[in-house]
Amino acid sequence: MTSQFIFFLLLSAGLFLFTRRILFIRKNILSGRDVDLSDQKMLRWKTMARVALGQSKMTARPVAGIMHILIYVGFVIINIEMVEIVIDGLLGTHRIFSFMGPIYNGLIGAFEVLAAGVILACVVFFIRRNVLALARLKSPELRGWPSLDANIILVAEILLMFAFLSMNAADGIAQGRGLDHFVEAGSFPVSQWLMPLYSGLSDGGLIAVERGMWWFHITGVLAFLVYVPYSKHFHIMLAFPNTYYSNLRPAAALDNMPTVTKEVQLMMDPTADPYATPAEADEPPARFGVKDATDLTWKQLMDSYSCTECGRCTSECPANQTGKLLSPRKIMMDTRDRIEEIGKKRDANGGQIEDDGKSLLGHFITEEELWACTSCQACVQACPINISPMGIILDMRRSLIMEDSKSPESITSMFNNIENNGAPWAFPAESRSDWTNEL
Amino acid sequence: MNSFNIPTMAEMTAAGQTPEVLFWVGCAGSFDDRAKSITKAIARILHASDTSFAVLGQEESCSGDPAKRAGNEFLYQMQAAQNIAVMNGYGIKRIITGCPHCFNVLKNEYPELGGHYEVQHHTQFIRELIEQGKLKMADGAPFKGKRITFHDPCYLGRGNGEYLAPRDVIATLDAELVEMRRCKQNAMCCGAGGAQMFKEAEKGDREVNHERTDDVIESKAEVVATGCPFCNTMMTDGVKNANKEGEVIVKDVAELIAEAADLL
Repeated sequence: MTSQFIFFLLLSAGLFLFTRRILFIRKNILSGRDVDLSDQKMLRWKTMARVALGQSKMTARPVAGIMHILIYVGFVIINIEMVEIVIDGLLGTHRIFSFMGPIYNGLIGAFEVLAAGVILACVVFFIRRNVLALARLKSPELRGWPSLDANIILVAEILLMFAFLSMNAADGIAQGRGLDHFVEAGSFPVSQWLMPLYSGLSDGGLIAVERGMWWFHITGVLAFLVYVPYSKHFHIMLAFPNTYYSNLRPAAALDNMPTVTKEVQLMMDPTADPYATPAEADEPPARFGVKDATDLTWKQLMDSYSCTECGRCTSECPANQTGKLLSPRKIMMDTRDRIEEIGKKRDANGGQIEDDGKSLLGHFITEEELWACTSCQACVQACPINISPMGIILDMRRSLIMEDSKSPESITSMFNNIENNGAPWAFPAESRSDWTNEL
Repeated sequence: MNSFNIPTMAEMTAAGQTPEVLFWVGCAGSFDDRAKSITKAIARILHASDTSFAVLGQEESCSGDPAKRAGNEFLYQMQAAQNIAVMNGYGIKRIITGCPHCFNVLKNEYPELGGHYEVQHHTQFIRELIEQGKLKMADGAPFKGKRITFHDPCYLGRGNGEYLAPRDVIATLDAELVEMRRCKQNAMCCGAGGAQMFKEAEKGDREVNHERTDDVIESKAEVVATGCPFCNTMMTDGVKNANKEGEVIVKDVAELIAEAADLL
């Protein structure tokens, strides 16, 4: 009974902490501007199925892609075993589903093979990150916590899978010895190779290893559950809604700001009375473009929490490739860090967001980064879960121009030329069709 | 090639005529000397294929793309409103353009502001002309067996999913189409988009177009075909920078076709 009670406490604590964190993130995401993405549901489900469930964009890089699929499939399928572990833990039973016989044995065998795959992939990832030190895994924005976070996840997954396999190995030996409670069940295609490690133990020692590994595994899983939403690893959950809410328009298409449309209509309409009271006072005073994280849409904020910092965007970015300061991944990380900060301050302040004298643009992201973007959408194409760093960059340029009138001198001249001559260069409009005389 | 006149929409309307398509020239195509020869090649193709077309002439104004991508939504929407008023006034239904940036704005961003047109990139239109037998290559086949690579413009390829039309058109040249290491959805940008064309690049190790030119050289192509006046400028500069001017020619798909169809 005691162990069941401890298990219940652990499970409840894990679920409580996880839920509390999820609600915090949800609140942060919803502090963004509203955007209606409730259209084209069928296409959205299909996109999610293809991109998140089907991992369609991962294999653009074959090594990382295939290794990732190993971990992904392993993670999803091995988690079926969690159902049994939780029931056993609560009821004090042992391998409660073993009555399923051959099906059960097949499943346990499959879990073992998948667990070995997960370990293999995690080891490869660990080597790529720390020994081979691939450029995209060593960018400046990854120094400190982000690198540690990545390694914690890899090591945790290796340990959890090792514990799972060791538990099975010890269980298998115990079954062989005919110990109490250890029903003949399961198949151990992988853990049989671990059995020599534990076969010299006494019965008591063996049970200690089996129970120890069982507890280590479930405690580890619960700790991991709580850790994930604090980590870049949160993509394992958000990848699904994030791809559901993918941009379904052509990648090059930008939105037309509706507030600007209203103003332009007013300016173009000779009959409009500029002093008339606006017909509807439905919107709060608009801020043009994005200065702080709360000016972003909730989808853009969800993007930032979904990002797992793989850096494919940055490694495909032409500006980054040619040594410019811009890194699309950093744009996403800064966005998440800033909305986290805003959320924490909001909660400490009784739920009210107050100006803290800081903003995403300026304190996190610099003008130099924004002006390096060629709007080529390579970052959008590269992202395995359809995040758009480019959208945030261009929205911030709107703030620079329309709120602060800050632009490189040559950009200002380009604006002036368009206003005066209808072309970005200083050519007189009358010469626009000169070329027709050259035919 | 005989010279010919290109009517403006105003002239056509005055004469009570309506052309099938509007040829949206774009600012680069109107003012930039290098881009003007692309414009002329497109015009010659349209003329030779008996396409009924007109231009807006001085009534055309910047689509607003560089302003929008630089963050000036006001200026962009002013331009859009003005252009839409002009085009709707003429009842324009179909547009072809040689500039993927104009193409994208006209096709994807004007509809919400009241401008609904069927918009085609010139390579899409040329492909149709060839398929319909309205445009035939001459016997000379100046590009026969030449290694041609196509540099995908971001706003045509990745941005709007059109990778095939320019390649189908190049295929009629009897040349050897070779792909660069990075092509189609993974193609590398020339460095001009997002209003970069109108400013100095930010501090870095290299120019984007020089990096992209490496891909061209690696492909051993003799001709880089472009589909965007800005890419054309960037690639021309890149090839010059790499001292490959004698070995690699940079030409728009329209120029290659106009030459092969003996229209120049």
